[in-house]
Amino acid sequence: MLNFLLQRLSVAVAVLFTVALIAFSLLHLSGDLAAAIAGPEATVETIEHVRHQYGLDRPMPTQFFQWLGSAVRLDFGRSFYFESSVRELVWQRMPITLILGVVSLLLALIVAIPLGVLAAVFRDGVIDRFSMFISVIGQAMPNFWFALVLILVFAVELKWLPVAGNASWKNFVLPSIALSYHAMPALMRLTRSGMLDVFSADYIRTARAKGLPGFTVVVKHALRNAIIPVVALAAVELGFMLGGSIVIEAIFSLQGLGQLAWDSIARNDFPVVQAIVLIIAVFYIALSLLGDALSALLDPRLRKNG
Amino acid sequence: MDSDGLHIPEVSPFESERLFDQPPAWRRLITRVLRHRGMMIGLAILGIIVLAAILAPVISPHDPYAQELSRRLTPPIWHENGGWTYILGTDKLGQDYLSRLLFGARVSLVIGVVSIMISGTIGVALGVLAGYLGGRVDAVINYFLTVRLSMPVILVALASASVLGGSVKVVILLLGFLLWDRFLIVSRAVTRQLREAEFIAAARSLGASPLFIMLREILPNLLGPLMVVATLEIAHAILLEATLSFLGLGVQPPMPSWGLMVAEGKAYMFFQPWIILIPGVMLVLLVLAINLVGDGLRDVTALDGRN
Repeated sequence: MLNFLLQRLSVAVAVLFTVALIAFSLLHLSGDLAAAIAGPEATVETIEHVRHQYGLDRPMPTQFFQWLGSAVRLDFGRSFYFESSVRELVWQRMPITLILGVVSLLLALIVAIPLGVLAAVFRDGVIDRFSMFISVIGQAMPNFWFALVLILVFAVELKWLPVAGNASWKNFVLPSIALSYHAMPALMRLTRSGMLDVFSADYIRTARAKGLPGFTVVVKHALRNAIIPVVALAAVELGFMLGGSIVIEAIFSLQGLGQLAWDSIARNDFPVVQAIVLIIAVFYIALSLLGDALSALLDPRLRKNG
Repeated sequence: MDSDGLHIPEVSPFESERLFDQPPAWRRLITRVLRHRGMMIGLAILGIIVLAAILAPVISPHDPYAQELSRRLTPPIWHENGGWTYILGTDKLGQDYLSRLLFGARVSLVIGVVSIMISGTIGVALGVLAGYLGGRVDAVINYFLTVRLSMPVILVALASASVLGGSVKVVILLLGFLLWDRFLIVSRAVTRQLREAEFIAAARSLGASPLFIMLREILPNLLGPLMVVATLEIAHAILLEATLSFLGLGVQPPMPSWGLMVAEGKAYMFFQPWIILIPGVMLVLLVLAINLVGDGLRDVTALDGRN
């Protein structure tokens, strides 16, 4: 178990290094940064001045390792656009994105697990068909469009919730629905297929034969085993949600990390973009590790063999 | 259970491959497709959209680029102010919505198919190499997969598109170089299973080179599962193109793209909801149809292995 996690951890560090290298070269090799910062009307002298001021005239490897060296100490340099440091900017915006991500994931799980269980228990029944239909539609819906439709229905027509902003908890309702809807189908299908697998297992038949009530069998015996892969997937989905929140935050004007990334991309604020790519990768890798660890903890077979 | 499945006909290893391509198998496949309701619905919708995209220049009532500011934001025909001239209305520049929708189908389909051809080639090549050679090659390729998966597609695509500038070519290349992960995972898994198969051992003992085995023995057997992945990934690519265009870093105006049409209509959606509903519904229909075909393909080809 410990070996397994240590091995994963060392791979994770190597992966992060590569992501850092890619994020760095993506932004540095694909265009003249100094010209981009100086703006379209800048003279050659201004561009050269900017180049020197931001240290862009130093050799690429030097720039990369300097950046990486400080990034390890959580110092991501200064924003080209704002006066503040990148760390401060990210620190301010992070809570909103995290709240959005966690709430969306919980929402997705609260809907997906019961639906998946019911769909498996009443296989080919009304609930099974309905949830299948919902998930097929859900996977076909672009989340930016679904978000706009939610705004049209709940904010404009029914006037129940605000259109945009981040003043109160009400502002998080529609974005969370929009973000969770995308993760729901996969979680639901996995719960359903996991339950169906477990139902055919011997110990469930034994439990049923003992005369245990149906609910106990389903929840205590079957769900506990079917939930393992769902938990692992949920951790990974949270990582995907942090990426997906760019679009959702942009639509609902939530001032989170996604919005910051989006604005910084538009403003050529490369230190911020690099930092966010790296931070999201850290989250994703940490969450996949967590998913692996959780599966290992919950599944005695994995615990022994790992 | 199919009684045919229990009876194993005697064939030499060299003929065993041909067995799957015999006409009865094909005919059985077609019957299965015809009986699969979801797939038939998907094929019907997809067929109509593909036909509309091909025939766009012929059936479009107007030039999709012709601006007529005096007729801007004409509502579609089911509104009281709508009329037959602009059946689905006009956008903020007075361009005919139906014509733009028809030409937009071309953009979605071309970007979806071409980018998946690129990403499919990358993913399958890496997946077969990793699955067949195993060991260090497998470890390195798996490592690249982890790197790719830990960077969100949208974020990377947005950052690169902002530097490279949005255009059809850039979107195709970006998606082509980003969406190979599922191809890799599937072709690697199937290749690992096939590696132990008897006909591979036979080819190896006949002195076939690893390259020959990968190209001539393994690749043809990957076609079924890869077709499923490719269909679902085309849908994925179409959604991502729409998202990029919606965010302003994909297809650029005046070229029509459904995602871009939603973006352009966003400012008017409070008073003219149809302006975002029409292109959005088209996107849902197209992606839904492709997903239905993909799921159907999985069911239809999976039956082969099970019975």
